[in-house]
Amino acid sequence: MSAPDVMTSGAPLAVPPAAGPSGVALLGVRHHGPGSARAVRAALDAYRPGTVLIEGPPEADPLVGLAAEDGMRPPVALLAHVLDDPARAAFWPFAEFSPEWVAIRWAAGHGVPVTFIDLPAAHSLALRTTPDEQDEPPGEGSPDDGSPDDGSSDGDEAVQALRIDPLAVLAETAGYDDPERWWEDAVEHRSSSGADPLAPFAALAEAMGALRELYGDGGHADDPAREAHMRLRIRDARRTHDRVAVVCGAWHVPALARPVTATADRQLLRGLPKVKVEMTWVPWTHRRLSRHSGYGAGIDSPGWYGHLFGARDRPVTRWMTKVAGLLRAEDLPVSSAHVIEAVRLADTLAAMRGRPLAGLSETTDAIRAVMCDGSDVPLALIRDRLVVGDVLGEVPDSAPAVPLARDLTREQRRLRLKPEALERELELDLRKETDAGRSRLLHRLRLLGIDWGEQVRSRAGTGTFRESWRLRWEPELAIRVAEAGVWGTTLLSAATAKAEEGAVHAAALADVTALAERCLVAGLPDALPVVMRVLADRAALETDVGHLAQALPALVRSARYGDVRGTDSAALHKVAEGLAERVCIGLPPACVGLDADGAAEMRGHAEAAHRAIGLLQADGLLDRWAVMLRGIAERDGAIPGLLRGSATRLLTDDGRLDEEAAARLMALALSPGTPSAEAAAWLEGFLAGGGMLLIHDERLLALVDSWLAAVPTAAFNDVLPLLRRTFGEFESGVRRTVGELVRRGGSAGRSAAAAGEAVPGFGAGFDEERVAAALPVLRLLLGHTDEGLADDAGRSDRSGTTGSGTTGSDTTGSGTTGSGTTGENG
Amino acid sequence: MAVMPTDIEDAPEGALRPHAEEAFAHELKALAAADDRPRPSRWNLSPWAVALYILGGTLPGGTSRTKSGGGTVITPKYVGPRRIVEVAVTTLATDRALLLLGVPGTAKTWVSEHLAAAISGDSTLLVQGTAGTPEEAIRYGWNYAELLTNGPSRRALVSSPVMRAMAEGRIARVEELTRIPADVQDSLITILSEKTLPIPELGSETQAVRGFNLIATANDRDRGVNELSSALRRRFNTVVLPLPASAEDEIDIVTRRVDQLGRGLDLPAVPEGADEIRRVVTVFRELRAGVTADGRTKVKSPSGTLSTAEAISVVTNGLALAAHFGDGVLRAGDVAAGILGAVVRDPAADRVIWQEYLETVVREREGWKDFYRACREASA
Repeated sequence: MSAPDVMTSGAPLAVPPAAGPSGVALLGVRHHGPGSARAVRAALDAYRPGTVLIEGPPEADPLVGLAAEDGMRPPVALLAHVLDDPARAAFWPFAEFSPEWVAIRWAAGHGVPVTFIDLPAAHSLALRTTPDEQDEPPGEGSPDDGSPDDGSSDGDEAVQALRIDPLAVLAETAGYDDPERWWEDAVEHRSSSGADPLAPFAALAEAMGALRELYGDGGHADDPAREAHMRLRIRDARRTHDRVAVVCGAWHVPALARPVTATADRQLLRGLPKVKVEMTWVPWTHRRLSRHSGYGAGIDSPGWYGHLFGARDRPVTRWMTKVAGLLRAEDLPVSSAHVIEAVRLADTLAAMRGRPLAGLSETTDAIRAVMCDGSDVPLALIRDRLVVGDVLGEVPDSAPAVPLARDLTREQRRLRLKPEALERELELDLRKETDAGRSRLLHRLRLLGIDWGEQVRSRAGTGTFRESWRLRWEPELAIRVAEAGVWGTTLLSAATAKAEEGAVHAAALADVTALAERCLVAGLPDALPVVMRVLADRAALETDVGHLAQALPALVRSARYGDVRGTDSAALHKVAEGLAERVCIGLPPACVGLDADGAAEMRGHAEAAHRAIGLLQADGLLDRWAVMLRGIAERDGAIPGLLRGSATRLLTDDGRLDEEAAARLMALALSPGTPSAEAAAWLEGFLAGGGMLLIHDERLLALVDSWLAAVPTAAFNDVLPLLRRTFGEFESGVRRTVGELVRRGGSAGRSAAAAGEAVPGFGAGFDEERVAAALPVLRLLLGHTDEGLADDAGRSDRSGTTGSGTTGSDTTGSGTTGSGTTGENG
Repeated sequence: MAVMPTDIEDAPEGALRPHAEEAFAHELKALAAADDRPRPSRWNLSPWAVALYILGGTLPGGTSRTKSGGGTVITPKYVGPRRIVEVAVTTLATDRALLLLGVPGTAKTWVSEHLAAAISGDSTLLVQGTAGTPEEAIRYGWNYAELLTNGPSRRALVSSPVMRAMAEGRIARVEELTRIPADVQDSLITILSEKTLPIPELGSETQAVRGFNLIATANDRDRGVNELSSALRRRFNTVVLPLPASAEDEIDIVTRRVDQLGRGLDLPAVPEGADEIRRVVTVFRELRAGVTADGRTKVKSPSGTLSTAEAISVVTNGLALAAHFGDGVLRAGDVAAGILGAVVRDPAADRVIWQEYLETVVREREGWKDFYRACREASA
């Protein structure tokens, strides 16, 4: 064949480049480039090599057969991890349109052996010193991305880009912003149908040769070692096979063609550090191929590439039709006329930008102007569903176990927690190191959907430092572990990833707060910022105060729990305060115009938020909250009586509203102008906290009494059930006392008028004799040893009244008698 | 955003504001001379040169001022995403009508005028859309004296700008399309789809010749406008002109415009980059974008448009307040009421949004204490 540049024989070999098909075909590709993939397929069909060598870790050689199995569906990734440290791992992702994948499938289809020839992962992983780089596994077949940074930081950005994707740089130089469209234009459309399918690779090799003369090895420290290893493997293959095809990154082609002696190559590889490595296939997703997810496979439009690879012809027209279909499914009116205009606009736009073909940017601009009325909102959908795409790969069951399972085993051993099929209960004392670890492990597993343990109500006690679990290991949990392997290589990283994902996709605000709580108990500090961020965003955009109020208690609980565990909960506090602030602002308008059911629900929310805000102890928040409640309490008819009454009560209980003011509000609410039902609802809200207030302050009772007497007969029947419910909830002692007080109605009314400067509800003076009788017992109870003054005794008397319902009737009885006496005196 | 012309040349005697094709005649001439790319028929320039005219740049070619106009510097008329201008020009080249959408103050009219000037050399074929725009303004009217004396004839016909553009193969412009009553809007449908304007009275028609196209501008967030029917909308490619990309740009625009307006009203000059302008712009941008400037906190967006134009009016009002009732220095209190009025359009929902914003964002912001207090007082 007439492609001497490509068909170099691996120059060090004694055998000269053979004429005809014998030799080595170096197929330099763009990783994840559909154009490259098509070209590789055509080249392999034409060249028919005896063996195919692929840039990738040799440890994967035994696994390559799995690629031909039915259960294997790309995108998938080869995963290498250090045997006893799954956190140190590297991925080699393959998509349907990856040239390497195409080569593997071609070889499987033609019964040709496949060998991976890159530097073994045992070395490349050992060269990686920082295990925290696990979130940025190397791009396809280039574990050097994970190499220590000192090597790569020398090169400037342009060189970096060149090293990672030299074809994209070539395309950009040619004025394209979509390298795949450049490939299509520069390679596929230029070559007539009968042309040599190997010719593009020859031209590419030449271009790469020129680039490498200019830029050397691109500043990557371990490239020489990798290329040396590849050269050695090519030599080996050449010994046993006549025709050898090599699929590797285009960047490496010139180096692989360079004549270097085997001895020099071996010298380069001597003394490399080594670790024990395990290898397996894991399912991958398009989302992870895209660079948004932090997995640096390096392409941001896998869906578009998949389309370019799959489309028979007219890719832009087919793409527009696909987009129109998606928009129609979302109920956006898109006609065929739109598609026609969009294709025309995209083509004209490309012409205007001096590009022979419309790329992704032209099609996107055209779709925005023609189909989306200039709006970016539908475009986001298109980007999510089509440009990136929602494709999930599959791996056959016969693939080796994922590192996550290994990590689980390790944790189980460390925490002495054996998986047993028999159900058993486990009591954990979180103050102990091991138990706390066990709790975290079980919580993490639950987050991952591996329900080994189920949390049950503790028998031993209800302290926050105790947890009870019911454990039971079922065989199918092993499958769940394998499935959870998608999320990460260790329990910590997997649970973190899963929690973050869960937060982003949570349906309701309360779900996110619940997740925050779970992150705390599972010890996932890295997930917390993401969860908090989602929470803050959700809260900011949430318009339903009810949802906000619902989410608040769990969050406040988490914040306090974080305090107990010593985790840094400043962020939690801040978000909780923000949430409380929003409830505080949103509550008054949300209370307006509610019906009875809505008001009852809102009262629940308001009271829950009230308790939570009390616990939060935020600076000034409680004051603002009280001002807001006061506003509700003072509002007129627009806010339901139930809520106004409830607000009044909450303020009174907190001592922020004195009894004088409470009485004024009650008088207002129960005045004749108010509809009876509304007044009854106010009473329900006000008295829901218990009826002691009525006993305490007879003015209030008198108000209720006189209002009730004035309710018209017709309205009384409507009000009765409400009142019955309200008073029915009082404790029996309180109810009886209220009844007794009302029976003596006249005296109560008089006393209220006469009480003047005395403690409200009580007479002005003491019945010394009766007080003296009670004093010894009180002294005993309160631990007083010195002689009590009369004043002192008076206070004790009162505290007895408010303290307990059962003794209430007695002491109040004395008070009433006192007032009766005063009345006689006056 | 628009870049106002700083040095207007060749202004005709007495014209307060020359047309774009007059003000930038030398640039258009140089472009036409240097432009060797294919031009759609009756276009003065190629699409590439039109984009260059709008976006600005230097003409390729020798530095010596040869006949080809090489090296001429083209001033940017529109500073914004290149993509937008390219899509707009390409749309006109594909004989689809162009709809420029955007809130007030995003240079819609400015861009449309310059597009027409660059493509047809004539930006005057203009229909100003109002609630009272009649069908005659889009189709044709009659010279009644002529009509009564000699009966219906071409001589009695008064062409609309759109009709003239059709006959001459030029760009017609319709300003504020959504202000025009719906039935009048719909008279555009035939023109845009059939490219012909029937004249039943004469039993004839005016057919559009190649080169004819139409640029419409519309305000997409105003209330009380006549929404385009889907039939009409389908005939337009839509380009949304964005608000200024960075806070600095917007502060610049506001400061400059306030200064210009203030001089007309005899208000004191605005100190460069005054603090309050920065705050007003920041508040407007944050509420509009639904996220704080540091990108860390989301906020709800109120129902108002909060355009740059409104920010300008808030600052101008504040300036007037300060000059006539205050000590002449623009303070937080002077702009607070104006901001409240601009933000709270819907008294129920917007008030909550505004208070949330005040309490969760403004209260904790360093150095904004006086602003927070002023706004709280104004909201109370």
